[in-house]
Amino acid sequence: MNVLKQTRFILPLIIFILIFALLWRGLNLHPNQIPSPLIGKPAPTFSLPTLFDAKKVTTNKDFFGHVTLMNVWATWCVACAEEHHALVQLAQNKTVFFYGLNYKDDVTAAKKWLKQYGNPYRIVAVDQDGAAAIDWGVYGSPETFVLDKKGMIRYKHIGPIDTDSWEKNLKPLIEKLQHEPV
Amino acid sequence: MNPYKKNDNCLQLAAKMTKNYFLHAYEWLRKMLLFLLMFLPLQLFAVEDFYHFDTPAQQERFAALTSQLRCLVCQNQNLSESNAPLAADLRQQVYQHMQRGQSDKQIVDYLVARYGDFILYRPPINAATLGLWLGPLIFLFLSVLYLLFYIRKKQ
Repeated sequence: MNVLKQTRFILPLIIFILIFALLWRGLNLHPNQIPSPLIGKPAPTFSLPTLFDAKKVTTNKDFFGHVTLMNVWATWCVACAEEHHALVQLAQNKTVFFYGLNYKDDVTAAKKWLKQYGNPYRIVAVDQDGAAAIDWGVYGSPETFVLDKKGMIRYKHIGPIDTDSWEKNLKPLIEKLQHEPV
Repeated sequence: MNPYKKNDNCLQLAAKMTKNYFLHAYEWLRKMLLFLLMFLPLQLFAVEDFYHFDTPAQQERFAALTSQLRCLVCQNQNLSESNAPLAADLRQQVYQHMQRGQSDKQIVDYLVARYGDFILYRPPINAATLGLWLGPLIFLFLSVLYLLFYIRKKQ
């Protein structure tokens, strides 16, 4: 009984610390960044028209042989405008293959946008009805996938890319993937 | 203000009284309607897409499926409630898969393969969710244990 009397004061403290730790962790979580189950899996198969030439078709085979940054964007997406300037600048290094997926957008507006603000993408696929994006598990643009030379999805970045996320996460990963065999 | 005058004749009085009555009734009705409007559930304005189903059972299946799947944009709403464009697209997917004769499990697996367990309102039992599922039971067990201990001590 003596033990019980002593622990009486410690127990609420322990409970408090546990709850505090739990809630503190909760504050630092990002529930809007849903982890993708596609990481480590090959890119979904698709066949879509390209933006500048609707007769030309782009498929998941376009990811083979090089490290790809696959960026889901749209002209109606405010955060896409935020990251666009950074993308244009990063594309100048040509260290990575920039691939754009134009998501549920107006084709004319998309073309105009790229002419006006610069085009970082080597290929732009047009996903008019958003069906292809569902296969990629896209739930909000911008979203960016990093694919290795075999066309496997290795990383997903949700939200606009900024210098911080590029230097911390994307750049080191892309450099690592460059050294992997085809 | 009193609308009635001493020299009103019978007919005038009756007309004024009727008018007054209706004015009051109208005012009362208006207030009552405004009051009732407060209780109108917002759910009435929930999303209605017009999907065609062959049987009522299919419609129920669709409603059940879309209500247990989370909208990924507005995460506290399910697919059937959400107005988000993505939710509409996913409802469309669920509908099309149903029309192709796929089972509930196939449809759910299809969505989980793309969006992860997060799309499920009822998370599956695995290593990551074990605490979530067993937590309340453990808590209950400890509480009962404490209670028994406490009662025995009092006796």
